[in-house]
Parts: sequence; C-alpha cells; structure tokens
Amino acid sequence: MKRTITLTVNGAPRSVEVEPRALLALVLRDQLDLTGTHIGCDTSQCGACTVHIDGRAVKSCTMLAVQAEGHAVTTIEGLAAKDRLHPLQQAFWDKHGLQCGFCTPGMIMTAADLLAHNPKPSEAEIRHALEGNLCRCTGYQNIVAAVQLAAGAR
Amino acid sequence: MIPTSFEYVRAKNLSDALKAMGKNTKVIAGGHSLLPLLRFRLAQPDMLIDIGQLRELKGIKRSGGGLKIGAATTYRELLESKELKALYPLIAEVTEHIGDLQVRNAGTIGGGLAHADPAADMPPVMLVLDATFVLQSKTGKRSVPARKFFKGPFTTALKPNELLTEIQLPALPKGVGTAYASFEQAASGYALAGAVALIAIAKGLITRADLAFTGLGDAPFLAPAAAKLVATTGDASLIDQVAQAAVAGVEANDDVHAPAAYRLHLGRVAARRALTQALAQAQRPG
Ligand SMILES: Cc1cc2nc3c(=O)[nH]c(=O)nc-3n(C[C@H](O)[C@H](O)[C@H](O)COP(=O)(O)OP(=O)(O)OC[C@H]3O[C@@H](n4cnc5c(N)ncnc54)[C@H](O)[C@@H]3O)c2cc1C
Ligand code: FES
Ligand code: FES
Repeated sequence: MKRTITLTVNGAPRSVEVEPRALLALVLRDQLDLTGTHIGCDTSQCGACTVHIDGRAVKSCTMLAVQAEGHAVTTIEGLAAKDRLHPLQQAFWDKHGLQCGFCTPGMIMTAADLLAHNPKPSEAEIRHALEGNLCRCTGYQNIVAAVQLAAGAR
Repeated sequence: MIPTSFEYVRAKNLSDALKAMGKNTKVIAGGHSLLPLLRFRLAQPDMLIDIGQLRELKGIKRSGGGLKIGAATTYRELLESKELKALYPLIAEVTEHIGDLQVRNAGTIGGGLAHADPAADMPPVMLVLDATFVLQSKTGKRSVPARKFFKGPFTTALKPNELLTEIQLPALPKGVGTAYASFEQAASGYALAGAVALIAIAKGLITRADLAFTGLGDAPFLAPAAAKLVATTGDASLIDQVAQAAVAGVEANDDVHAPAAYRLHLGRVAARRALTQALAQAQRPG
C-alpha cells in the first residue's frame, strides 16, 4: 500500500507517495525528477546510483525509499553551491575524468564521501574507495587524477 | 527488477521488532543482502521489519577485556572505532575487505552473520575469535557460540522468531597474532577461499592455534589440524603440513568461479599465508 514519506532532498524537505517496495533510486529519478542519479546494473555492483544519506555514500538502488524516511539525501544535483561547481565536479572536468559520463555522478558522490573523511588520500586509498564504482570508458586513470586534484584544491 | 509488494514497518524499539516478527515477515538491517534477493524475487515476504536504525542494536562497548558489538552496527562504524582496531585488528582488516565503500556504509555485522553466505568474510573471524552471539525472541534470550551458529549455506541456529542482537568477543590472550588471507572472486569480491588464523605464543612456544576457512564449503569451519602447532615454535614446514592437512578431505564447493580442486589449492595457500602472518605478528616484541 502506498504511503507518504517525508525526507530531505538536497537540503529541501520533500514529500512523496511511495510503495514500500520502491527503490530510492527510482523514486529520485521518476518521482523527484533527479535524473542525475543513474542506474547501471541490477546487482548492486556498478555504483552509478550512489547518493549520500546523512553524508555517507550509499547505492540508492539497494535501498528502499521508505528506509530513507526522515533522513537527508544528497544527489549529484545537490553538490554544487549555486552556480559554482563543487571542487570534484570541476576537477573531473579539468582532468578529463569522464567520457560518456554515465558513471560520473556515482564516482563523484563516492569520492565526496572519501574526501569528507580523509581529505588527503593516497592514490591507493582513492582506488580502494572507488572499488564499488565501475566505469566502462576511462580506464580510471583520469578519475583518480581528478580526485587527487580535488583533494589538493580543498 | 523491482521486488514484489510488501508492507514495511520501522521498529521503534527492540521489543516492538520482536513482537512484529511472525509468519512470512523478514527483518531488514542494511538491506545489502536482502534487497538483492528481493529484487530477484528470490524472497517474497509479506512484511519487512526495519531494525537498521534501532539504537539498542548499535554500538561497540567494552566488556571485561573484550567487546560487545550491537548487531546493527555498520561495517563503517566498526572501522571508525579506535577501540575495535586496538583490540581486534583482525576485524578491522577483514572489514576493509568486505564489498566496497558504499556496501560498508550500509551493511551491518549482524546482517552479514545472520545471512550466513558461505563465502562471507566475517563468519570465519567469529569462529577463530570464539565469539558468542546473543539471540533474542519476544519470549527470551539465549547465547550461542559462533562455533555452533553456522549450519550450512544461508542457514544458522537462528529460529524464525529470533534476532541476533549482540556479538560478544572474549579477551584475546597476550602475545597473540591474527591474520586473514583470501582469494576473491574478481567481480563480486566474495572469497573463493579465505583463511583466518590466530596464534598465541608464550616463551617462544605456541599456546593456541586456530584456523578457520570461508568460501570452501557449505559453511565456514574450523580446521582441527591447527592444534598440531601447539607446543611447537611453528616452523615453516610444519605450517605447510598443517595447511595441507586442514583442507585434506574437505568437500569443496565446485562452481563456474572455481572447481573444487582449485578451491582447495587456494584454501591451502590462504591457510599457509594466514598462519605465517599470524605467527610473525605473535612473535613481534611488545
Ligand atoms: C555489491 C556487494 C558486495 C558485497 N561484497 C561482500 C564481500 O566481499 N564480503 C562479504 O562478506 N559480504 C559482502 N557483501 C554482503 C554484505 O556484507 C552484506 O550485505 C551485509 O553484511 C549484510 O548486512 P545487512 O545489514 O545489509 O543485512 P540485510 O540485507 O538487511 O539482511 C540480511 C539477512 O539477514 C537477516 N538479518 C539482518 N539482521 C539480522 C539480525 N540482527 N538478526 C537476525 N536476522 C537478521 C535479514 O532478515 C536477511 O535475511 C556484499 C554485498 C553487496 C551488495
Ligand atoms: S545501479 Fe546501483 S549499483 Fe548499479
Ligand atoms: S565515463 Fe563512461 S562509464 Fe565512466
């Protein structure tokens, strides 16, 4: 049965009517029009759907929207401050950290969690942190370089 | 895919959760084992009871020389505990191996143990550390040693109306070393074969040696062969013999990822590495 849940999305309170089985990723995309959160797999492995729940990176395809009730969700759309890109977004641009861009929102959300808790990660720590994010295009080199640049820029 | 329909309640407290458990209900903690099952419709419960946010089931407390860990403590929270790292570096090391950053942010230690995936990383750690699990239902509580908890693939001593509420870790002896060595299936990160070792020494001789495997069989298991190391100095050839004996006669899983013979080979190598590393750590001064 549908129910109305309230959660904070990118800083603003939102109410949505959802079935308990609705996955957070689909609710964000289809009901809240936040299509920056991508869905790349059916097996919780690709990380394209990564968002923050109370500041921690989580795969939103592996979370029910009802589990997020009362919590703060941040999606890629909520990362930039007004019209200035977030340092990670800028660094992905500067370092050519994307090709098709499908994995990018998830990469950036995971990297943002890493940098919030470990502002100066080593290359190995960056690679370890991004283990749950798959990219079919770049070969990861420039993604790692972008995270390094963003860490230096902070 | 989207799961079949179910009702959802977020338990307000532990006793609420225990009362709500009934026919065709499932508890959900981090959901990182359950949701994949629901999405493939391999499980079709009528109701989910969310215990993932229950304060009563969260946190790490000192208890004697050991620790008590709430079942709904996430892997991330384990890694953030300085106390855990100081007392059981093995748990911290193994936790870093589980899934990926996002999985560790959501998954809980109790959820992983209750799920009892035969290739999960944490169950053999619990065997080697000789942990005790507190299982609770609305009618009472009981304690079950980890060594009697894992019954088979995805099968444990938990009754359908019981929750795993707490993991109790006894104090480790002085002069102890612990290690984990595993070979992971590249895509999933689950262990094809993994070995956990604990070695304690006093006056240069081994006083306790425990070795447990994951990924090899239906359930994690302790290898009795490790006892051969006790009262020796644990030289390399004896460790090799023990590693070999530990996997001898084991009926290993056989699947697309690894045939049984290869799994046993990996198990033997993992055992040798884990024992060697645990011994070196035990021998380290201070
Ligand atoms: C992409 C991915 C990669 C992973 N890689 C690894 C890996 O490398 N190694 C590894 O070991 N694991 C791995 N996992 C599994 C992960 O560790 C588990 O999902 C997690 O530990 C389970 O905890 P949970 O809180 O998510 O459990 P849930 O999914 O919420 O629950 C799992 C099961 O246990 C039951 N349950 C939960 N809590 C309790 C409780 N307190 N008492 C009784 N029953 C309970 C539920 O009803 C359900 O049946 C991976 C998972 C994913 C999605
Ligand atoms: S869509 Fe969530 S991990 Fe792939
Ligand atoms: S840029 Fe195309 S998947 Fe990463």
